[in-house]
Amino acid sequence: MTDMTDTPIVPGNRPSLPPPVTESGIIGWLRHNLFSSWFDTLLTIAAISLLLYVIPPIVNWVFLDADWSFLPAVLVGEKAPQFSDCTTGGACWIFVRARFGQFIFGFYPEAERWRVILTFIMLVVSVWGLLAERVKNKKPFAWFFFAIFPFLAFFLLHGGVGLEPVSTSKWGGLMLTLIIAGIGILFSLPIGILLALGRRSQLPVVHLLSVIFIEFARGVPLVTILFMSNIMLPLFLPPNFEPDILLRILVGVTAFASAYMAEVIRGGLQALPKGQYEGAMAMGLGYWSMMRLIIMPQALRIAIPGIVNNFISLTQDTTLVAIVGLYDFLGIVRAGSRDSNWIGTEIEGYAFCAMVYWIFCFSMSRYSMHIERKLHTGHRR
Amino acid sequence: MASAKTAATAGAAANTLSQTKPPFWRDERVRGIIAQVAVILLLVAAFAFLIYNFLEKQSKASGPAISFDFLTNIAGFQLSFSIIDVTLDSQIGHMILAGMINTLLAAAIAGFFATILGLVVGIARLSKNWLISRIAATYIEIIRNIPLLLQLVFWFGAMIAMLPLVKESVTIGDVIFLNKKGLFLPKPIFEGSIIIFILSVLLAIGLAGVIARWAAKRQIATGQQFPTISANIALIILLPLVTYVIVDPIVWEIPVKGGFNFKGGFTVQPEMTALIIGLSISTSAYIAEIVRAGIVAVSHGQTEASLALGLKQSWTLRLVILPQALRVIIPPLISQYLNVVKNSTLAGFIGYADLFAVIGTSQNQTGRAIECIIILMGFYLAVSLIISSIMNVYNKRAALVER
Repeated sequence: MTDMTDTPIVPGNRPSLPPPVTESGIIGWLRHNLFSSWFDTLLTIAAISLLLYVIPPIVNWVFLDADWSFLPAVLVGEKAPQFSDCTTGGACWIFVRARFGQFIFGFYPEAERWRVILTFIMLVVSVWGLLAERVKNKKPFAWFFFAIFPFLAFFLLHGGVGLEPVSTSKWGGLMLTLIIAGIGILFSLPIGILLALGRRSQLPVVHLLSVIFIEFARGVPLVTILFMSNIMLPLFLPPNFEPDILLRILVGVTAFASAYMAEVIRGGLQALPKGQYEGAMAMGLGYWSMMRLIIMPQALRIAIPGIVNNFISLTQDTTLVAIVGLYDFLGIVRAGSRDSNWIGTEIEGYAFCAMVYWIFCFSMSRYSMHIERKLHTGHRR
Repeated sequence: MASAKTAATAGAAANTLSQTKPPFWRDERVRGIIAQVAVILLLVAAFAFLIYNFLEKQSKASGPAISFDFLTNIAGFQLSFSIIDVTLDSQIGHMILAGMINTLLAAAIAGFFATILGLVVGIARLSKNWLISRIAATYIEIIRNIPLLLQLVFWFGAMIAMLPLVKESVTIGDVIFLNKKGLFLPKPIFEGSIIIFILSVLLAIGLAGVIARWAAKRQIATGQQFPTISANIALIILLPLVTYVIVDPIVWEIPVKGGFNFKGGFTVQPEMTALIIGLSISTSAYIAEIVRAGIVAVSHGQTEASLALGLKQSWTLRLVILPQALRVIIPPLISQYLNVVKNSTLAGFIGYADLFAVIGTSQNQTGRAIECIIILMGFYLAVSLIISSIMNVYNKRAALVER
């Protein structure tokens, strides 16, 4: 062997060799990630056989064997679609197609559904304006969303002056799910801010009351809170005021969500360096102006991922309103598959429901992770 | 020059400030007291309003506003499942107790399985094998983004659809049977000699403790090691086993096939199985993320340093990695157990008689809303208080001792 240092390497003289096949490219990747040892190989084989066992039947059921289209007789309006139209043995997606409108809007009259769609479009635009990075001037969006939109949405959905009234007992489906979760988050935000400030307050009475409320609402299951607000609210209100069942549920959901919101915001408050408080005080700001101008804008920014996560769990938790007989998305799908025409479509209904919830919640959680990553590049103690 | 002048005026201002007292509404302490009194007054007014309405409504109805007498009434309804004996003639209070036990039982079993499953998935998520880690990640993402209630009704529906009829029961050795009505297991009937067996278990655990202490002392004194773990495992398994064979404390009651159903033995209803499967799977996804976060939180330098000190791979895991990872894992894990208890309230949707379902039925029958809600809230608050105090004790013990 010659000493390496004695023979100078002249660039271009000898071509540099490509890395060994076993270390790069697909083969290298496979060797490193799937077959790095005998145990690894065993695991890979086990995982592949598990996938081969589980996935083909699911794909067959969902796509290949599934019934997608209505019978010709249904299309010309001679008969109503029903479960026996599905003959292939796979999933009966006719059920979902036939009931789609009901799944989304509940029993909302068909002629008035444009009002729901319009509300939803306004909601999406204003939330986009509030959250998107390219929108620099958020003030008009914020004014619209917090001051005008709630009243406008109530007017559009509930009707009144000029619009045909639609009672809340006709609301249902995905629309009801989003309304409950949305209102829960919207109202829990200011209450949660107050509770979080209260919990960090120096005043013993305020501190104690906030802690009692937060720990109580977090210590009991949501179902029991819904049960309580549904049964107890009418008992404690004046005799001539009988709250609507949706209103009772919204009170319960908001109380529950506020406690969780308070904890998320408290996390944001605690993550702020003490210098921010001291700086604000040194500038001569009082408590409320310090909170409004210096602390809250930063704390809420830090808390956005937590708020989004709260929204995700609240969306999932709205399924529990079935306990008081409201037909949310899951509730109306279940009711649909109990219809005598559709007995046997339970699993199709659940699969559709699961898919919608999953797409919604998964994209929200990705968004919250994206924000979290973005925030971590900023100031972090 | 200018700054000196400002400083002088500021000094003068401070002098005048210290001489004239500020008005009392500028005093922070006074403002605090006023704010708190205002809050209390507001709260008292709100409560007075609510209670006034309540009493007004109650005065029209007969009987006392609040009374727990209904607990001794005959229930007149049956529970689908109970560990303690309940009949149609049981008192409502007894039924509620059975509901509490059912809740805790389901939560304990689900918590146990969720921990094991979550541990496996969490470690799989960190596997260097790409396929395994992707499968674990997919599992976690699917489970966490679908509502628990949907999962529960799905498992219940799937279970009812897939299980065989009573006539075609699946059996293991004609001792255990499985069909649409549930899983039928032999029921243990304890004899008097069970006390001896229990004593032997306690004795084995006590002896194991003594051996561990002696081995640790000897290792510190002489450096000699003793295979503590394997010795203790052998002791804890063998001693009770030998006692069991000698005193034979349990007689098994085997389920027998009757006309339409099985009689005798111990039945696990499909409702309970679906609840436990659903709760375990959904909680396991959260536990997996907790386990992953805990292991990732221990920096790689710890492993390298421990190997450099000459510790074996298994010691590194047991003495260096795990104690540090557990500090991160245990607090959120305990709050997951609290979530399991809280989530078990969904049992009522699939027909398992947990506390919430029993309370709902009792409230329907007696109309005693306030009392029922007090019992319900009291129970869950007590459970969450106990669990969070356990967590506090742990946190205090595990807290880093910093300089």
